Amino acid sequence: MSTAVTSAAKVPEPIATFTATFIIRRFDPEVDEEPRWQDFDVEMRATDRILDALHKIKWEQDGSLTFRRSCAHGVCGSDAMRINGKNRLACKTLIKDLDISKPIYVEAIKGLPLEKDLIVDMEPFFDSFRSVNPFLMVAGPTKDGKERVQSPVERARFDDTTKCILCAACTSSCPVFWTDGQYFGPAAIVNAHRFIFDSRDEGAKVRLDILNDKEGVWRCRTTFNCTDACPRGIQVTQAIAEVKMAILRGKP
Amino acid sequence: MTSTNTEAESASTMIDGVHYHQFDIVIVGAGGAGMRAAIEAGPHARTAVISKLYPTRSHTGAAQGGMAAALANVEEDNWEWHTYDTVKGGDYLVDQDAAEILAKEAIDAVIDLENMGLPFNRTPDGKIDQRRFGGHTREHGSAAVRRACFAADRTGHMILQTLFQNCVRLGINFFNEFYVLDLVMTKVDGVDQPSAVVAYELATGELHVFRSKAIIFATGGYGKIYKTTSNAHTLTGDGVGIIWRKGLPLEDMEFFQFHPTGLAGLGILLSEAARGEGAILRNASGERFMERYTPTLKDLAPRDIVSRSMATEIREGRGAGPDKDYLYLDITHLEPAVIDEKLPDITEFARTYLGVEPYTEPVPVLPTAHYAMGGIPTTNNAEVLRNNTETVKGLYAAGECACVSVHGSNRLGTNSLLDINVFGKRAGKNAVEYVKTAPFVPLPENPTAGVQAILDMVRSGDGTERVGAIRKELQDSMDRNAQIFRTDESLSEVTKLIERLRARYKNIALQDKGKRFNTDLLEAIELGFLLDLAEVLVYSARNRKESRGGHMREDYPERDDKNFLKHTMAYLTGDPESAEAGDHIRLDFKPVVITNYPPMERKY
Repeated sequence: MSTAVTSAAKVPEPIATFTATFIIRRFDPEVDEEPRWQDFDVEMRATDRILDALHKIKWEQDGSLTFRRSCAHGVCGSDAMRINGKNRLACKTLIKDLDISKPIYVEAIKGLPLEKDLIVDMEPFFDSFRSVNPFLMVAGPTKDGKERVQSPVERARFDDTTKCILCAACTSSCPVFWTDGQYFGPAAIVNAHRFIFDSRDEGAKVRLDILNDKEGVWRCRTTFNCTDACPRGIQVTQAIAEVKMAILRGKP
Repeated sequence: MTSTNTEAESASTMIDGVHYHQFDIVIVGAGGAGMRAAIEAGPHARTAVISKLYPTRSHTGAAQGGMAAALANVEEDNWEWHTYDTVKGGDYLVDQDAAEILAKEAIDAVIDLENMGLPFNRTPDGKIDQRRFGGHTREHGSAAVRRACFAADRTGHMILQTLFQNCVRLGINFFNEFYVLDLVMTKVDGVDQPSAVVAYELATGELHVFRSKAIIFATGGYGKIYKTTSNAHTLTGDGVGIIWRKGLPLEDMEFFQFHPTGLAGLGILLSEAARGEGAILRNASGERFMERYTPTLKDLAPRDIVSRSMATEIREGRGAGPDKDYLYLDITHLEPAVIDEKLPDITEFARTYLGVEPYTEPVPVLPTAHYAMGGIPTTNNAEVLRNNTETVKGLYAAGECACVSVHGSNRLGTNSLLDINVFGKRAGKNAVEYVKTAPFVPLPENPTAGVQAILDMVRSGDGTERVGAIRKELQDSMDRNAQIFRTDESLSEVTKLIERLRARYKNIALQDKGKRFNTDLLEAIELGFLLDLAEVLVYSARNRKESRGGHMREDYPERDDKNFLKHTMAYLTGDPESAEAGDHIRLDFKPVVITNYPPMERKY
């Protein structure tokens, strides 16, 4: 009867299941005065993601557990959270890469207002993003109705910072951002970098002025938390340093 | 969670606990099609974009390989070849006038994006670089052509970011994490006309009525009816489901694309760009099996054919692995530098999720549910059809949720990033023209009644059924019975299951009873749409007793142009609560538009 390709394909490694304990920081704004920790035991496989664990809890144990997610493979940026104290995407963190002899701690990212369980208010984050003019600034479209010419070398110059998915893992790992909510934060600077170093862009001066502000790049203390947190492997601290240099030079 | 300007905010009022807003154009969905429409509409009309996510979370961002346009930057090409490939790729169920628009306007669509800032990969002389992709050929099939414009293997990511950046530049009003649950229709002169949409604000649980002269649906697909899928968890077909529940038709729902190369066991997509750059599919013995099926295009045949060939390899015992149940995508012969430059993301997926090093090892792959060819029928101007000939004034649809039909029974790779740009733009432009003279349609007495009924149903449930369990049974059965190969028997089996699941759905219980960020509630409502759409898909598939493109009936293995060279048009009718699909689904048919290309046997 069944005629389809089997969907229960096995990954190359043998599959064993085991119980992992998750300790999750819960907060229901309609009930709780303060966040509280709750633990869950979940049957897992080594190749499962933290997101799989959260889904198993939500779908099989406690439907009220609340978190954002969408693509589930690290490109949409919905599910940044603190996993064992480090900012990670839940869908890109595999159980096998964690020490499961101990409980796994999961909590919301820091520095943004907590809304519920693992969800924070993202508006301050996107406000920072919007404030650096994160779009190509040019006089107008090309006159011949064709593409602007850009050499492969010019294109490669800003390739790293085009990878940003606006997940906020970097910004919410930054100790400066935790204590100073006015600081633009790494993600906004990364997105400014993406245009400052784009050979087609004509707005570098405007952005460099914005980031030369007292809440701009100079607040960065090069702790490298952002670089460590970035799920896309962007050299965030380096990008910030390049923007600092550009400000000093007065041009990209 | 809104980012609206003051003018828009001032237009909002609250009556009986419900927020009321008024715009000229409301766009539902903030993926590629929705934001492309917004860029067209925003400067000319008071426009709002409503999304159940933040715009940059939309699944356009997961598209990898490229966007087709016959720029001829690297070799001879023209839009007529592109039109032909699209028609043939869709196994002649494509409306050929629409395909011509798609291919012609592709060139400007790519230039538009570049001018907006999209960082395409470049040729040595600084032009937009192009790569090969499945089914795209020169001279009507003689050889693969380099037509796909790309930004590494994150072209969709760059399109989504670029469109969002330009929406920021234009100050477009976004209502983020607002979940649209209903399209409000008002009877005017005996005809139902759209007057508003109703959204549930996830942060607060409050309802918002968005009155608007024109409404554009750009809500994406519904791959979550399947278990193994490249689609995001949020792709539950809400927009398509809303249109369905209004009694408006859905077109060609039986055609769903299974992308050949999902990571085995996970469904995460590995772009066809890999094969465009030279990757080879191999079976357990290392044989390049596609040479046997499509000798000219080999691994770059269209997706329906490659997926079917892979399924055949596995059924005939040539699959790899301990259970012989997957195949290999081999890129070990490519230079690591080329892989890093052109395929960085997908190689990282293989490392992260399967622990396989693509430089040196072939990657286990299997077909994965990927794209709905069918959806909300529209004209070439993105106007939603009420039936075969009439449109619903003021209602538009674009992107995966729509069916123009430019994809027919099987979409070519890179034609969907193109579709969202060409028809998203057309939807925005035409809506702007429409609202210049159109009046607001009056609201009915209680515009939130429909949504209130849905909320009451899911909230009041004190039953015993869990949303996750019902959804899993649906997805497992769809994978088993309505995937690449289908028979009347398999489709009957899933039909019976859906009937039972629909009954059980009425008995669900939520655990989260709160108002703030109630994703438990959200998933319950989404499941209702999944059940509806799976039922229409299967019902349409049972009726199509032929094999064409992505719809393979083993009991009817040949294409049957005499009886089935026509679009399926499904309508919800009678008692929507009736158990048997046949008691509430009516099928009609619409002719295929054929201009220059009479149907021929499809060989590659």
